Amino acid sequence: MNPEAIRDKVAIVGMGCCKFGENWDKAPEDMIVEAAFEAYEDAGITEPQKQIEAVFCGAVYPSRGTAEVADSLKLYGRPISMTQNYCATGTDAFRFGVFSVACGLYDTVMVVGFDKPKDRGISGPNVQTAGVRGLPMTPAGWFSLCAARYFETYGASREDLARIAVKNHHNGTLAPKSMLKKEITVEEALNAPIISWPFGLYDCCAQSDGAAVAIITKRELAKSFRDDYVLVKAVAISLEANPQTDPSFDFLRWKPTVSAAQQAYAQAGISKPFEQLDMAQVHDCFTLTELLTYEDLGLCEKGAAKDHIANGTFALDGELPVNTDGGLKTFGHPTGATGVRMIYENYKQLQGKAGDRQVKHRGGMALSHNIGGAPQACGIAIVGRD
Amino acid sequence: MAGIVSFGAYIPMLRLPFAAISGGGRKVASSGGGERAVANFDEDAVTMAVAAATDCLRGIDRASIDGVLFASTSYPYKEKQAASVVAKALDLRRDIATADFGGSLRAGTAALRAALDSVGAGSAKRVLVIASDCRPAAPRSAIERNIGDGAAALLIAGEGVAAEVEGRHTISDELIDVWRLDSDQYVRSWEDRFVVEHGYRDNVVEAVQGLFAKLGRTAKDFTKAALYGPDARSLATAAKALGLDAKTQLQDPLFGKLGNTGAAFAPMLLVAALENAKPGDTLLVASYGDGADAFALRVTDAVKGLTDRRAVRWHLERRAELGDYNTYLKFRNLEPSEFDRRAGAGVSATVHFRDRNEDISFHAQRCRTCGQEQFPFQRVCFGCYTRDDFDEVRLSDRTGKVMSHTFDFFAGSPAPPLIVTMIEADGGARLYLQMTDASATEVKLDLPVEFSFRKVHEYGGTPNYFWKCTPVR
Repeated sequence: MNPEAIRDKVAIVGMGCCKFGENWDKAPEDMIVEAAFEAYEDAGITEPQKQIEAVFCGAVYPSRGTAEVADSLKLYGRPISMTQNYCATGTDAFRFGVFSVACGLYDTVMVVGFDKPKDRGISGPNVQTAGVRGLPMTPAGWFSLCAARYFETYGASREDLARIAVKNHHNGTLAPKSMLKKEITVEEALNAPIISWPFGLYDCCAQSDGAAVAIITKRELAKSFRDDYVLVKAVAISLEANPQTDPSFDFLRWKPTVSAAQQAYAQAGISKPFEQLDMAQVHDCFTLTELLTYEDLGLCEKGAAKDHIANGTFALDGELPVNTDGGLKTFGHPTGATGVRMIYENYKQLQGKAGDRQVKHRGGMALSHNIGGAPQACGIAIVGRD
Repeated sequence: MAGIVSFGAYIPMLRLPFAAISGGGRKVASSGGGERAVANFDEDAVTMAVAAATDCLRGIDRASIDGVLFASTSYPYKEKQAASVVAKALDLRRDIATADFGGSLRAGTAALRAALDSVGAGSAKRVLVIASDCRPAAPRSAIERNIGDGAAALLIAGEGVAAEVEGRHTISDELIDVWRLDSDQYVRSWEDRFVVEHGYRDNVVEAVQGLFAKLGRTAKDFTKAALYGPDARSLATAAKALGLDAKTQLQDPLFGKLGNTGAAFAPMLLVAALENAKPGDTLLVASYGDGADAFALRVTDAVKGLTDRRAVRWHLERRAELGDYNTYLKFRNLEPSEFDRRAGAGVSATVHFRDRNEDISFHAQRCRTCGQEQFPFQRVCFGCYTRDDFDEVRLSDRTGKVMSHTFDFFAGSPAPPLIVTMIEADGGARLYLQMTDASATEVKLDLPVEFSFRKVHEYGGTPNYFWKCTPVR
């Protein structure tokens, strides 16, 4: 890998994000149009049919595939493709878009992440029963499998997880586009019904509908769109063995995050992530995922997460704020949209346009992170000001 | 002479106390504080048969088995053999004879007779006979309290026997006593006093007296009698008619502890007699159902090599109460539910076909290059990346330990939470398995587990089998 191939070659010049939630009254078309037209306006794009050369989509529950985006926006006669990479789907769509610009093929392209799981008539994920082994296939069960051994090894507990939920619920109350706007207490989180131990209701993110859009262009053209553009520093994807099969798995970390972070940090030129990053949006599908991610990203030592949680290191006013908009916990998780929604948050924060949840930062770099599957796949994007 | 080389049994861990049977707007007669064995929601006649046979085959080369005869009145399929599923789960050879015996409570001993015949005729050297029943009874009926779920296994051969079959006699009879049509959800029966007098007692006495006459023996010549009985009192009456002393000669029929295990009842009592037998003991066995089968056995020195069988005693000691009658009804699919466990499309026959060695025989693979064991099968080794260089190894009779676990309330289970574990099997393969016959409070890291063949779900209305883990007890 040539770590220089991506860094600072591509700029984000416009972004949009629809309100996430149980959008009963909105079709995918409505959400895609809302997010895309916000991005057009943000980028100052007035003639998208002329200015957008290609579209990269990410969705896990698309009903009609790429046509869903092409028809919604009337973007025809150009390449539109769709990617799927577990919960890193949105980040992977962004990655392909970045590649297409960095290699010089296109000047300006659009990334669309969206999903509409709430048309399925069930409140949580599907419980799949394809064969007889690998069951139950429940995300809460999969992601909880590191808990028992991690808790015993490092002395962490459900209370540490509850503090993460409390933090993200708080941050979400300050984000206009979040689904849940409700402060909770540690006691409420601990007393909630158990979904899959150690996860109670408040340890789990909800499912929601949403769409988010990024318009990216080559760095040389960025100034023609706006002055406060944001540069792409790194985009990485890493796959690891299914932890339910991997004979060497230790149940203390999620390997995909560790290996994706190595790639991303090499691209971005990061050697001390805690010092070099200004903030991070990480995949808090479950509170433990966020806890492990602090460590797996190298933001703190293995085992030290609980102390940092207690000290407020990752709070909105902490040294390294994490999930400044409330994360998946308050936005829910329309799978294809989530990665792009996180980049939206980093973009707004770096521009100083995050409203009540604006964090103080040095105008440096911000990271976004998704992990999904059993989990097996991780996507990381790092963006920063010029 | 042909006889029993090895024996084994299986009794489910759960017991339904009679006192728990309640509801339905009917007063249920008190039954003196007894209980019966009930299959867990993931067990049926096939899974119990696999467990009993596993007990029977402890320390025995499975490649030496030439046939499996499976006997049951409650096998889930009307058409599709059970013996072949059991043989596959036991990882036996493909070139063996398999057959199902059903339709009668006498099916267990009918299979035993057939096995003795085939060994005697020389068409097979070692034949496994497994009787297993999990009979459907109407909620709160007398039959529900009478029956128990369980399985017994006997390995029959011509040499090396622990109990030699010295003689047998059989009676066939036509009588309307107990029956179940295709369209019947539960076992039905005629008035019990008629059934006992003209069905059970007449037939058992005639079969046993015929056996006595053949061998020139009387009741006094037997150390123990393992006799089928519809209930304790009727059994005592039959024993008396045969001249047996109920106190010293009768094998405890386990009413109020196990219950009448149907086609597996006489075989179960025989296993109970064998696990307590000494070389030289003589055993009388009689079953009942559309006639009666009687056997005379003489225990040999080889019985001393079978002391590690769990058989009946171990299983009776391992018990947990299912105190809630509604949960029992749920286990048997007798309570309407918002989510029908039998709904949906079920498993793909072609996927099942490709995955049989892993899913039914519970094979992992060991890399011939680096020795890494892995599950499920891979084409490329996790350890050394070598392509297609593996041996298959059987996991079902190994143990393992809990690497991690969760208690899943979301996944859906008749008895939530579902205990979900990551297991490292001895040898190193990692397994994502549900834990059964366990409570959440006993699960901990590194807990030793063994493996148990279970219905992992019933989607599509079929029993879809796979392996689960259960704490080593």
